[in-house]
Amino acid sequence: MRIAVLSGKGGTGKTFVSVNLACAAEKAVYVDCDVEEPNGHLFLKPCITECTSVKVIVPKVDPAKCIGCRTCVGFCKYNALAYIKDRVMIFNELCHSCNGCILLCPQKALKQTEREIGLIEEGSSDNVSVLTGKLNTGEVSGVPIIKGLMKKLPSHGTTIIDCPPGSACVVMESIRKADFCVLVAEPTLFGEHNLSMVYDLVKLFDKPFGVVLNKCLEEENPSEQFCKKNNINILTKIPFDENLGKLNSEGLIVVREIKSYHELFRKLLEVI
Amino acid sequence: MKIIVPLENKSLDAPVCPSFGRTPLFVLFDTEKETEEFLNNEAAASQGGAGIKAAQMLVDNGAKAVITYRLGENAAQVLNAANIEIYKAQDGTVKDNIEKFKEGKLSLLTEIHPGFHNHGGGGK
Repeated sequence: MRIAVLSGKGGTGKTFVSVNLACAAEKAVYVDCDVEEPNGHLFLKPCITECTSVKVIVPKVDPAKCIGCRTCVGFCKYNALAYIKDRVMIFNELCHSCNGCILLCPQKALKQTEREIGLIEEGSSDNVSVLTGKLNTGEVSGVPIIKGLMKKLPSHGTTIIDCPPGSACVVMESIRKADFCVLVAEPTLFGEHNLSMVYDLVKLFDKPFGVVLNKCLEEENPSEQFCKKNNINILTKIPFDENLGKLNSEGLIVVREIKSYHELFRKLLEVI
Repeated sequence: MKIIVPLENKSLDAPVCPSFGRTPLFVLFDTEKETEEFLNNEAAASQGGAGIKAAQMLVDNGAKAVITYRLGENAAQVLNAANIEIYKAQDGTVKDNIEKFKEGKLSLLTEIHPGFHNHGGGGK
């Protein structure tokens, strides 16, 4: 079963829930799709066995063949091309690798070249196989790396997909192949708002889902109220616990340190 | 010499638009003939790369200088490749800025921001 863990904003506890779910399973694959700032590896400290470069296709112009017809400039919806002083200018970071400019060039003056935008690391940490996507600093879109990670998902066994924050393209790509979505939410009004965003997203994708209420206090919990109002299944509640913060700050994995939390995450896996 | 300025509506009394790539309009002003022409900015609705598309239009319309509050790095690359001078707009109307340009009182824009890439950038 593939379980995607997501939330409307960063710092809610996606990585905390993902890493601990993976470690609470007998055997699991942990996939870090938060490619802009992957941090699951800080806890799992995997021994890296393989590292693959992720490349995208971008056009390259042969100025000798170009006649300045501007077909490519006019075609590109992302404005990745300009034609200035008898030369095509290409803005690689805006290119979405659709290949359209190359196909349409009547002079065949454009050809494909590859450009590295990041990498995928594979390794293991005890019972957990770890896949980490890393986007190079300054790159605009992590989608190609997430697509690369999705190709490496095993077909069976427990897989935990640690998603990027928010509800944009990178998150959609990360949950596309998931069988179940875990929405992690904080007990604040801001947390409720962010929960509503990912709630809309998983409904749109028609995915089975449930909520983990994190950092719960005695006081009222707007995210819990949101769940009740919308008949959303609350999978578990994790208390606001200083010990968790301390262990996290030391890069330790809670289920490997505290028995009661091991129980909590085992049960969470069973519920899912 | 033709200079171009982003602005919000079709009047030289309008203020300079704080956005370059997503301004609704540009005015192309000919300093010799004292004539103006308003150009719709088709780049404003682009998903991305609005600055590049807008800069391309400026180049295609024969502008030799731009007056703007700010400019993203991609648009700056296009304008630089075309040897277009980039001046920093001052508070006031488009007309004021054109006058100051003619008197040589505008300074070159030196701060090029890394682009907003659809992430806001409301004020100037």
